[in-house]
Amino acid sequence: MEKTLRALTGNEAAAEALRQINPDVVAAYPITPQTEIVQLYSGFVADGLVDTEMVAVESEHSAMSATIGAAAAGARAMTATSSQGLALMWEMLYIAAGLRLPIVMPMVNRTLSAPLNIHCDHSDSMGARDSGWIQVYCEDSQEVYDSLIQAVRIAEHPEVLNPIMVCLDGFILSHAMMGVQVYPDDEVRDFVGIREPHYTLLNARQPITVGAIDMFDYYFEHKRANAEIMRTCKPHLQGVFDAFADRFGTRYGFLEAYRLDDAERAVIVLGSTAGTARVVVDELRAAGEPVGVLNLRVFRPFPAEELIDALAHVRGIAVLDRAEAMAGLSGPLFFEVRSALYDLAPRPTVTGYVYGLGGRDIRTEDIAAVFHELKDDIAAGRRDQRCRYIGVRE
Amino acid sequence: MPSVKELISRPTIFTGGHRACAGCGAAITFRMLLETPAVPVVAAISTGCMEVVSTIFPFTAWKCSYIHSAFENSASTMSGVESAYRALTRRGRLDQEFRFIAMGGDGGTYDIGFQALSGAMERGHRMLYVCYDNQAYMNTGIQRSSATPMWAHTTTSPAGEVATGKREARKDITAVMVAHEIPYAAQGTPAMWSDLVRKVEKALDTDGPTFINVLAPCPLGWGFPTQDTIAISREAVDTCFWPLYEVVNGEYKITYKPKEKKPLVDFLKQQTRYRHLFRKGGEHLLEDIQRHVDFKWARLLKLAGKEAA
Repeated sequence: MEKTLRALTGNEAAAEALRQINPDVVAAYPITPQTEIVQLYSGFVADGLVDTEMVAVESEHSAMSATIGAAAAGARAMTATSSQGLALMWEMLYIAAGLRLPIVMPMVNRTLSAPLNIHCDHSDSMGARDSGWIQVYCEDSQEVYDSLIQAVRIAEHPEVLNPIMVCLDGFILSHAMMGVQVYPDDEVRDFVGIREPHYTLLNARQPITVGAIDMFDYYFEHKRANAEIMRTCKPHLQGVFDAFADRFGTRYGFLEAYRLDDAERAVIVLGSTAGTARVVVDELRAAGEPVGVLNLRVFRPFPAEELIDALAHVRGIAVLDRAEAMAGLSGPLFFEVRSALYDLAPRPTVTGYVYGLGGRDIRTEDIAAVFHELKDDIAAGRRDQRCRYIGVRE
Repeated sequence: MPSVKELISRPTIFTGGHRACAGCGAAITFRMLLETPAVPVVAAISTGCMEVVSTIFPFTAWKCSYIHSAFENSASTMSGVESAYRALTRRGRLDQEFRFIAMGGDGGTYDIGFQALSGAMERGHRMLYVCYDNQAYMNTGIQRSSATPMWAHTTTSPAGEVATGKREARKDITAVMVAHEIPYAAQGTPAMWSDLVRKVEKALDTDGPTFINVLAPCPLGWGFPTQDTIAISREAVDTCFWPLYEVVNGEYKITYKPKEKKPLVDFLKQQTRYRHLFRKGGEHLLEDIQRHVDFKWARLLKLAGKEAA
């Protein structure tokens, strides 16, 4: 397969994936830092590079509502958003998942107001973690591009049929340029195929009712079935990762373990921080420190078993959250990781760190300091360190 | 315009067995407007009375495809359905004509769904939006909306020791839709079935966004006997409380002009939501309502190029 190396920002990589997918309907509204995706896509429509029905809606609430309507009508429908836009969609996120609609959405991570701030953290998508969407976090533009292509197959898999958001760090990825291997249009189009829905609103011979009201006699069963999807979809995600590797050559998983095999200490991260952490790990390894990094790619469904397998032998773990859970404890990733590792014997030391809120930089020396603190915690037998903050003026 | 005989021979799309209250003006309206389309329709509805009573899982009163997603967005949800229809038709994956009817109560139309409706109309989707206007949040138990008329009692604009119901006049949403310069906007009532059916047919034949506001009296919320829904609807028209008109490409046309414009008092007297106005001291409030209705009617006559009767 002839791949083309192109210099693309995260937003351009997302738009390029969308162009190749050429969905039936795109309904979107501009918001920093996602705007470029909508803008570029509108350009593709204007130039006839795609023949998508583009709906430039009047709000993100309507963006998700229209996407829901289009998906229920059997179309492959997509949107994209960030931050306040995701917050305005909130209600509709749960409805998209509850109606089991295979919507794909690039989600450019940006913090939530107040104070108003347009820069990156994960408080937007983390707040949507219980909405029933599959969530993938990308480390670089290549992964944004690849993940969006995979996302179509995952969402529409007949045993999955679930919405999925592909998250990329605002500005850090969305506006930073890097080399991306772009695959030929026909290869991507062949990989994603055409959506073949079981039921649609647009079949006059078989009319359907979508969005009925459940009383206490059915609601619980329907939500239980929703929750079960998060359990049963994992092999199908893996199947798509494998099919992608077979065709395009890059192998993805639920998580990426870097130099963890013999590690005594590890940091867990999401998104673009993984690259920074790997540099630190290489430096400390060169100095003889047994450290590693775990980059969690798929946050929903939460890959607890894979996490346990990767970390069973590690004594000290720092969970780096780019979001505050406002629980007086730490960030959301910390809760889930610590809970997943609770049954390990011996139980590792798991410490929460919150960093990078509102776009505050995370530097290599910050992560090196985390590894050193972990070393001290293990030596001192400290287990009560639930939350430390990185790079903030206290 | 189909004959009555032709209409009743068409399959019923909104079937019986739903759980609307006896005498529900909205249920009568739904049945009428859904018997009109000659081609298959997809219905979208906002959360509210008619959604709740018609689709209690595992039952549905809808024999056409139907989607409900939330309260404020039947217009934007339908934007997506209609866009999917256009995309799939263009791409050769659909070979079947459809019409699209989005619906909402007055709360879902005048208030919380106002933005989504405005957006969908401005974008020019080919859909008919029907507001079933029962003049308050009836599903949650008669709370004021911006469609609630002046001096009506609701549970959030109650008549009390010092208050006399809703102080403000209702929002003229039909005028707001006309201001969107959509090709067709109208007001209807279930009391005048031929007028309503003709308007629905006209709207569905229009290649663009259309809007019909239907007064749907609510026996429970307005406080009148359930057998009087149609009579009350007719009086609303004969008093010019709810004028029947249409606006085609900006041209106003009154589709029913009462031979003799009836005074409002008798109409209001039949509804317990106005009961407090008939106590001593309420006279000026009754005059207030009459003045407002007269003002609106005179303006409509002017817009339609007619002289006041």
